[in-house]
Amino acid sequence: MSEAMFEVTLLVNGVPRSATVPARRLLSDFLRHDLELTGTHVGCEHGVCGACTVLVDGRPIRSCLQFAVTVDGAEVTTVEGCTRPDGELGHVQQAFRDCHGLQCGFCTPGFVTTITAYLEENPTPTQEQAREAIAGNLCRCTGYQNIVASVLRAAELRAEETQR
Amino acid sequence: MKPAGFTYHRPATVDDAVAVLAEVNPAGKVLAGGQSLVPLLSMRLAAPEHLVDINRLSSLAYVRVGDDGGSVTVGALARHADVERDAAAYAVLPLLRDTLRHVAHPTIRNRGTTVGSIAHADPSGEMTAVLALLEGTVTLRSTGGERTVAARDFFTGPMSTCADAGELVTSVTFPVPEGRTGAVWTEVARRHGDYAVCGTGVVVTLDDDLRVAGARAAYISVAPEPVVIDLTEAVAGEMVDDADWPAAGRLAAGRLDPGDDIHATAAYRSHLAEVLTTRALREAAGRASVAA
Repeated sequence: MSEAMFEVTLLVNGVPRSATVPARRLLSDFLRHDLELTGTHVGCEHGVCGACTVLVDGRPIRSCLQFAVTVDGAEVTTVEGCTRPDGELGHVQQAFRDCHGLQCGFCTPGFVTTITAYLEENPTPTQEQAREAIAGNLCRCTGYQNIVASVLRAAELRAEETQR
Repeated sequence: MKPAGFTYHRPATVDDAVAVLAEVNPAGKVLAGGQSLVPLLSMRLAAPEHLVDINRLSSLAYVRVGDDGGSVTVGALARHADVERDAAAYAVLPLLRDTLRHVAHPTIRNRGTTVGSIAHADPSGEMTAVLALLEGTVTLRSTGGERTVAARDFFTGPMSTCADAGELVTSVTFPVPEGRTGAVWTEVARRHGDYAVCGTGVVVTLDDDLRVAGARAAYISVAPEPVVIDLTEAVAGEMVDDADWPAAGRLAAGRLDPGDDIHATAAYRSHLAEVLTTRALREAAGRASVAA
């Protein structure tokens, strides 16, 4: 018996994208394999590491803990969508560059999406809040000090941008 | 690390959902937020034949405060984050938000549902203990009708409840404690957001003279199911400022019989239960003494 297939359409980084997949296709695999958006990384694949975090309807979620078919019709933002409209680095990406917030870079997409959404909710975090904001993401290079600094730097860049 | 195949159902109404669950009973499993179920599927610890996805049942995406402010009812599609952010629920029952801040990480709470975590009945699930502590209820629907079950009857063991595979848990209701009360949640985890090594929620009730009229506590990670212990006898009638809270902590630890595992020894868990109970009761009493 062949597996039932479902057409799933998402608005990914502002662009409508569709693919026909089995119900068990994880959102992370849908993005990477079916849509070839490989910016989203898959680490532990059971919701612990946070590398696969994407925004669904503006909220960060673990894309490895969700079936693509469940979120059919949703708006999804991946790390590829965290740039500025002109394609230059977005404020969170720029902050990671400024503060050496990435080493091997594997965990970075999950941090960038998580922090992007967090700053929408709390644009002026304290150091302690910045630490709490990233507590659900793991960096196996253990570069957390610079990632906390990147959160604070991203908040500064974001404030400068919105003042302009 | 990929789920096995399953037959996928995406009902549009609660009636359709319970009809599907009845049709495939007992081979159906409800998928809500998926934050516990999807890892189980990916690790192939579970492989249900039928998955009934309730994410389109928007009529269950609610947090409602009862008319008299005496309870908070949470629908099966309300995410933890929705309950946590609900201002009206916080106003009458701050314990919900206070506890939810300990439930995993914000990213998980954006998707995971409060009702789902209660239906999952993980012995480490904070909201199971809060429901038991407040003597809440669980409402279930099937094609045969609706029934409401008390928390103490709902949880029957680790990851098991009295819900039949043909039933859908549609909501849970958390009663607001009556009288001059304070409630606190506290836990110890290796990292904030991880499974607690031991956690406790407590409610302290004072009389009009600020004497202790009642004290009870519920625990996670120290028993197969949420266990509630009445600790009133250790502190009854004592003035709030000099009640013997450590005696209540010792009483609690004596009643619990935690097990060893790779995360902690039984002795350490007992120690945590005693210390956390003492601390939480003292804080809850402080809150009760300034309550209206």
